[in-house]
Amino acid sequence: MELAQLKEKARWIWRETVRVHGLAPETRVASSLSDVEIFTTLYYGGILRHKHGDPDWVERDRMIVSKGHGGISLYPILADIGYFPLAELDRICTESSFLGSIPDHIPGFETINGSLGHGPGVGCGLAVALRAKKSDSRVYVLCGDGEMNSGAVWEAIMFAAFHKLGNMTLIVDDNEISMLGFQKDILGLSPLAEKLKAFHWEVQEVDGHDIPALLDVLRPLARRQDGPPQAIVARTIKGRGAPQLENKPLCHVMNLSKEDIRSLLGEEK
Amino acid sequence: MTQPILPPVMRDAVLQRLIERMRGRDDIFFLSGDFGSPVLDRLRQEFPSRFINVGIAEQSLINVSCGLAMEGFTVFAYAIAPFFLRAFEQIRINLSLHSHHRKLNVNLVAVGAGASYDVAGPTHHCFEDLAAYRLYPHMQVFSPSDATLCRAFVDRALAIPAPKYLRLDGKRQPVIYREDFQPDWDRGFHTLREGVDTCLVSTGCMTHIASTVADALSCGPGVVDVFMMKPLDLDALGRTLCSYRRVVILQEAFTGKGGLDHLVLEALHAQGWSGELRSFGLKDSFIFVPASREVILRLAGLDSASIIGALS
Repeated sequence: MELAQLKEKARWIWRETVRVHGLAPETRVASSLSDVEIFTTLYYGGILRHKHGDPDWVERDRMIVSKGHGGISLYPILADIGYFPLAELDRICTESSFLGSIPDHIPGFETINGSLGHGPGVGCGLAVALRAKKSDSRVYVLCGDGEMNSGAVWEAIMFAAFHKLGNMTLIVDDNEISMLGFQKDILGLSPLAEKLKAFHWEVQEVDGHDIPALLDVLRPLARRQDGPPQAIVARTIKGRGAPQLENKPLCHVMNLSKEDIRSLLGEEK
Repeated sequence: MTQPILPPVMRDAVLQRLIERMRGRDDIFFLSGDFGSPVLDRLRQEFPSRFINVGIAEQSLINVSCGLAMEGFTVFAYAIAPFFLRAFEQIRINLSLHSHHRKLNVNLVAVGAGASYDVAGPTHHCFEDLAAYRLYPHMQVFSPSDATLCRAFVDRALAIPAPKYLRLDGKRQPVIYREDFQPDWDRGFHTLREGVDTCLVSTGCMTHIASTVADALSCGPGVVDVFMMKPLDLDALGRTLCSYRRVVILQEAFTGKGGLDHLVLEALHAQGWSGELRSFGLKDSFIFVPASREVILRLAGLDSASIIGALS
C-alpha cells in the first residue's frame, strides 16, 4: 500500500475508534488512539502476515495486544480484513456482540486481554513453539509503557534474549502516561531503550505516529528469524488527535463527550 | 541379602512415564522453574530441544507454557508446589480463562504436597492448593496417594487437553494400587475397603494414615481414596458414603476452606445424610517448627495415633 493510502487508512481507523467510543464510552479511547499508526503500519504496510477472512490461518504472524485496553483501534482493522463484519462495530458492548470494552475472545486477538504484563511471556511461548515447528511466522507483542513496570514483562524480556527469539518483536507504545498520571512521576522507565539493550535486545526508537519511520524500522525485521529479539520503542501521544485528551495526565480514564466526538469527526471531514 | 524394591517417589513415577511417552511423539515440552531430580536429568539429556529451564521465574513458567500450548504442544511445567501460587493470576488468565475458548494442555507438576518439605518451613509447605486450583473453571486437580496413580495419570494428561494441577507428595509413599489398576478418572475416587459404621475419606498421603487408622479401629471402617479433586463425581461419592453412620475426612490441607471436606460435605448433603462428620486437617495457621513430616503431622493432629485417639 502506498503511503498516501496508508495515511488514509490511519485516518479511517482513527475516526472509527472515536466513533466506536461514542457508542461505548467504557472503551479506553486515549490508549487506543496512541497506537493507530502502529496497527496501520503492521496490518497494511506489509509487515504482519495475515490472510483476508481467515484469523486462524496457520501461516499468520501472531499479534498479541498486551495493552488490551488500547486495542479498540484494532477492531476496525480486523473487520476491514474480513475477520468479522464491519457492522459488528456498531454492536460493541452489547449482549449480542463479542466486542467488549477490552478485547477478549475476538477473531484476530490471540490472547485474553485486560490484565497487563502477560503478553510478552505468552509471546515467548509462541515464539519457541513456532521455531520448534519450523514455521517462519513471527510474533508481535504490543505493550504500553506503563505495563513495562510489571515484573512478568521483565521475566519475558530475560527469557526472549537468553533464547535468542529472533522471531519476536516487542513494540512499546511509549505514550508516557499510565492510568494515574505521567509514567515519569509513577515509576519512571527512562532510559527504556538502554535498559532493553542491556538485556541484549536489539532496540530502535521511532516516532510512533510517523508511518514512513515505522516502516523503516519494521520492514527489515518483517521476516527475521535469527539473532536477538527486537524492541521498537515507539514515542507516541496518548489520546492523539483529540485535544481534550492529549497530554492530560488522567486521559486514560477520560471519555469524550458526544459533542466532542461530533466535533472531532466533523473536523476530520 | 537383597534390598526390597522401593516404589518411586511420585515425581519420578511421573517423569519416568513421561520419558517413555516423549519417545513416541515430538509434541511434548517440559519446562522447569529451576527445579530438578535425577530422573529429570535423564529427560533433559534425552530431549534437550524440548526441555527448558525458565529459571526462578514462575510467571514466565506459566506464560511460556501457555504460548506453547496455544500452538498445539502439550506442556509439563514443573516446580515446588507453593511456588506455583506466585503465578496464580497467570494460571487464572492464561490457563483457566483462556481454556474457555481453546484447548490448552498444560500440566502443572507440583512437588511437595502438604508438609512434604517438612524442615524447609512454611514457605515450602502447601496446604491451600487443593482448594485453590479447584476454584477455576476448566482446571483439573489430581491428588494421588501413590506412584501407580501418578504413572497412570501421565497417560490421562496426554489424552485430555485441559490445564491440570498435579499435587505430588515429596516423600516416598507406599504403593496402594496394583500396576494394572485402571483408575476411573471421571469418578475420581476409589473404595479401598468396604466397611461398616465409619468410613474414612482421604486424599494424598493421608490415605496411608487412613489405612493405618482403619486397621486399628475395632468398628471395621471403610476407606475411600479421593485422587481427583476435580472432576469428582459427587453424586457417586455421596451414594458411596451415605450408608455409613460416621464419615471421617482426612486431608493434609486447611480445613473449612474449600478443600476435600467441602466436597464431601456437599456430596453428603445432596444425599440428605445426617450422620456424624469428623474433619481432620490443618487449622487456620502455619507450622514453623523445623521438624520431620511425622512430627508436623503429630503437631497438627494428623498422625494415626492422634486420629485413632480422637475416633475411639
